[in-house]
Amino acid sequence: MLSYILRRILIAIPTLLLVSVFVFMLQKLLPGDPALVMAGEERDPEVLAYLREQYRLNDPLIVQYFHWLWNVLQGDLGMSLRTQHPVTKLIADKLPVTIQLAVMAMFFAFLVGIPAGIISAVRKGTLIDYIANFIALSGLSIPNFWLGILLILLVSVNLGWLPASGYEPFWRDPVRSLETMIMPAFVLGTALAATLMRHTRSAMLGVLQSDYVRTARAKGLREKVVILKHSFRNAVLPIVTLSALLFGELLAGAVLTEQIFTIPGFGKLIVDAVFNRDYAVVQGVVLCVAVGFILMNLIADVLYVLLNPRMRQTL
Amino acid sequence: MTTRKLFATLLASAAMAGSAYAADLRIGLQEDPDVLDPDQARTFVGRIVFESLCDKLINISPDQQFIPELATEWSWSDDGLTLTMQLRDDAVFHDGTPLNAEAVVANIDRSKNLPESRRRSELTSVESVEATGEFEVTFTLANPDATLLAQLSDRSGMMLSPAAADAQGLGLATNPVCSGPYRFVERIDQDRIVLEKFAEHYNADDYHIDRVIYLPIPDTTVRLANLRSGDLHMLERLAPSDAAGVQSDGSLQFVSAVSQGYQGVTVNVNNGERANNPFGQDARVRKAFSLALDREAINQVVFEGVYAPGNQHVPPTSPWYDDSHPVEGRDIAAARALMEDAGVDRMPLEIQAANNPVQLQLMQVIQSMVAEAGFDVSIRATEFASMLQAQTAGDYEGSQVGWSGRTDPDGNLHAFVTCEGGLNDSRFCSEEVDRLLNAAREVNDMDERRAIYAEAQAILMEEMPIIYLYHQTWLWALRNNVTGFEGYPDGMIRLAGVRVE
Amino acid sequence: MSATSAIALPTRSRSRAWKKLRANRAALVGAVVVITFVLLAVLAPILPIADPATTDWGKIRLAPSAEHWLGTDEIGRDLFSRMVWGARASLLAGVVSVLIAVVIGVPFGLVAGYFGGWTDSIIARATDALLAMPFLILAIALAAFLGPSLTNAMIAIGLSAVPIFIRLTRGQVLSVKTEDYVEGARAIGLGNLAIMAVYILPNVIPPILVQATLTVATAIIAEASLSFLGLGQQPPSPSWGSMLNTAKNFLSQAPWMAIWPGAAIFLVVMGFNLMGDGLRDALDPREH
Repeated sequence: MLSYILRRILIAIPTLLLVSVFVFMLQKLLPGDPALVMAGEERDPEVLAYLREQYRLNDPLIVQYFHWLWNVLQGDLGMSLRTQHPVTKLIADKLPVTIQLAVMAMFFAFLVGIPAGIISAVRKGTLIDYIANFIALSGLSIPNFWLGILLILLVSVNLGWLPASGYEPFWRDPVRSLETMIMPAFVLGTALAATLMRHTRSAMLGVLQSDYVRTARAKGLREKVVILKHSFRNAVLPIVTLSALLFGELLAGAVLTEQIFTIPGFGKLIVDAVFNRDYAVVQGVVLCVAVGFILMNLIADVLYVLLNPRMRQTL
Repeated sequence: MTTRKLFATLLASAAMAGSAYAADLRIGLQEDPDVLDPDQARTFVGRIVFESLCDKLINISPDQQFIPELATEWSWSDDGLTLTMQLRDDAVFHDGTPLNAEAVVANIDRSKNLPESRRRSELTSVESVEATGEFEVTFTLANPDATLLAQLSDRSGMMLSPAAADAQGLGLATNPVCSGPYRFVERIDQDRIVLEKFAEHYNADDYHIDRVIYLPIPDTTVRLANLRSGDLHMLERLAPSDAAGVQSDGSLQFVSAVSQGYQGVTVNVNNGERANNPFGQDARVRKAFSLALDREAINQVVFEGVYAPGNQHVPPTSPWYDDSHPVEGRDIAAARALMEDAGVDRMPLEIQAANNPVQLQLMQVIQSMVAEAGFDVSIRATEFASMLQAQTAGDYEGSQVGWSGRTDPDGNLHAFVTCEGGLNDSRFCSEEVDRLLNAAREVNDMDERRAIYAEAQAILMEEMPIIYLYHQTWLWALRNNVTGFEGYPDGMIRLAGVRVE
Repeated sequence: MSATSAIALPTRSRSRAWKKLRANRAALVGAVVVITFVLLAVLAPILPIADPATTDWGKIRLAPSAEHWLGTDEIGRDLFSRMVWGARASLLAGVVSVLIAVVIGVPFGLVAGYFGGWTDSIIARATDALLAMPFLILAIALAAFLGPSLTNAMIAIGLSAVPIFIRLTRGQVLSVKTEDYVEGARAIGLGNLAIMAVYILPNVIPPILVQATLTVATAIIAEASLSFLGLGQQPPSPSWGSMLNTAKNFLSQAPWMAIWPGAAIFLVVMGFNLMGDGLRDALDPREH
């Protein structure tokens, strides 16, 4: 068991190194001279030369890479070229915002997706099943930036019920914080709710056809008990592992949602940084997201083994 | 019904939470400002924050005259090589240190010599600056420079606490210490910048707002929705398409001021290979392009008629505008005739433009207008970073760019069209224009200067290295309970006298 | 001997799959939606509709009417015609980018799964690393690098989707390469290339087909997202995503500008998802 986890961690190391190379290259591939952006409207040649020197833009790529990697390993992700805030501080500022958004979206997705999945599996082939499936498919198909725009138009511009943008930390003003996050969390959560619903449904269908559920039914147990205690508990395993994976994707999916609702989180940070050619920020954030994703994968794998008794025995 | 009630309750509680700070002012900005250090800063939007955070030596009035701020009066020597300034004696920095002549000297020194300073090109004429009294500074110039006052009325004239600058170095950018009516409280990137009233400011009685919160909200629709819902008190750079809606909304006010800057098409006339086409080589073709444009229609279609059509480096409302060359109407026949003269029937032309919906809408309108004169324009949408690089490298035929504008006309022209100008990406070069624009720098008399600019203008109108299109109008929208706000041509937000009732 | 029966098997199951697919009403609806849009896109040049690039200053942001069924846009162009022409960009982007992903991803997956060992490790680690980077962020960075254009957006989306196909193919290869008929083919001395082409590839195709159909849906949304950020189709050519980007500025004055392109993306993506689901059910041996 322990050796399995250790092996998984060891495999993650080369992956991380490759990620660092990709992240670094990604940046160097972006066109446009960051020194020109930093120099400002006046573009003083002396300032340009100084900036290129200062940010090592003249060094060979490989030197720049190792210099960057060395700093990263020491926990220094550099400074934002635009505001001169340390990238680590930016990440520390933004991560709670995006996590709050992701958690709320996840909460919504669980609240809707799992019950819908169970009901439609139990009522397979009925109208309810069809409707639930149709809604789920709609959730997967709707471009979420469009959904965001429509919601702003309807709820904020026309009805004036919820703020169209903004962010307030939960600890400072919980009501306001929830108010500003409801729409974005809903938008971000739709696709996730749909995915969860479909997976819950198929996992439940598999379990409902299995021998022991048939035995439970034969023993005359009440249907509710059969469904919740015997079936769902067995179906929950793939759902848990899937959720860990989806949480990583949520962080990424926040990119456009945050852009639409002007939420100062990870997604907005990275898109703005790409357009401003704020190299250090793009590198730092993508690296951070990738590491998070790999960790989530690791956790999902380990959870799967821990929760699945059969797997535990074979290892 | 019940949800509606719930939201109403939520909103009411939010409003109560807000009312704890009776005199908060929440301002929606179009972008997130960059570095909050006046010597390193480079964006227009950053200057809006500095206006309340940092006092300057000189300020400007709504009609663009220089007025005292930290300097109470100033005088030039007869040869124009010495500028003596008297400072007010009651100004202090936010850290309590006094703002005196020594502090000004240290600041000018920092602006001129800090390697990261973006102000150096603005102060090249300054040879030295000395404290000639406790509250008197004397600038010694290498050559007469009529533009210096304008520089000192902007970021070069902003005063940072020398004690804080010494202690924090470049870190000052994250915690700026100036002497303005408001002091820095906190900044969360892309979210907010918070300032609070500085009670020891010499003019504190004129400032009625206790806390100013700047919120960057790039999306114009969202920014306006926030104003309508009361989450903002005011916003800057309202989208022209929203102007009519704001004007007809009883709970909002609309304020506007024509800017000092311009938007145009910079032509590659001599910057490498890509200048080798009729548009770059033949002034007649450029004139034809200009004649094919209906600038008034552009203003109506793209900007709802609220901007100002333009054909010079300053707007028609500027005291520096040359009235002998008014904005021409569209004349396709004349354009075709010029094209025929130049021996061009149709020509392909690539114009790069900033990758945002408004600029692209503008370019599509232009594209369809000049098609009739024989230009097959293709639009290359590029992000700003790549656009600037292409422009300096000469990798463009035409480039739709603008300039935010300076109070002194020199700032809108010299660097762009003189042979060695730092921003001369078209690489237009004319000895006569150089001579005139250099001469204009050394003259302090306004009428005399205007005559020189008119002479230069006549040449530029023929050569057209930059085809001017329009002048942006700064648009502000405010809630009705905000009083005392006045729009300035520099687009800044000045808070003296502003109240929230 | 064993070789012939191995090939015969997929053929039989294929015809069964086809029957199942035709019986799936949801998949049929999806197919009808997709085919309708494909027809509109293909026939755009000969349909009797307005020119999508002709501007009219007198008709800016008109609401839908008999003359302009879906209204006009910010410089007076007919929205219906721009929607039809926009379908070309979206569908092309969806299909081409998936083709790019398949053409690059499948061979790598085949090689990784078939040869195993170091080749596999290297490809697998690179795939993991690429998958760890969010799809859209990767696409944004690539599109920004290549410069904004529809072609580059397709390349960016295609490249970002490559790891999905590598992983899928590899898994599929691993599950069939120990089958008897593959061992048999190896025993009679067939070369690696021949074994991969004749015995392994056909087994890989069905899941790839399902994944490709579903990825077309994702790719269409990705193209719309990139165009929405200004990194896709360039003006004056229309694309649904870039139309939305413009429409965003006129939400309160001309909401219809935002409604049509979004609805079209929604419908087409739904169509592909329905088809993908149908294909998966039809090709899934479990439910026999």
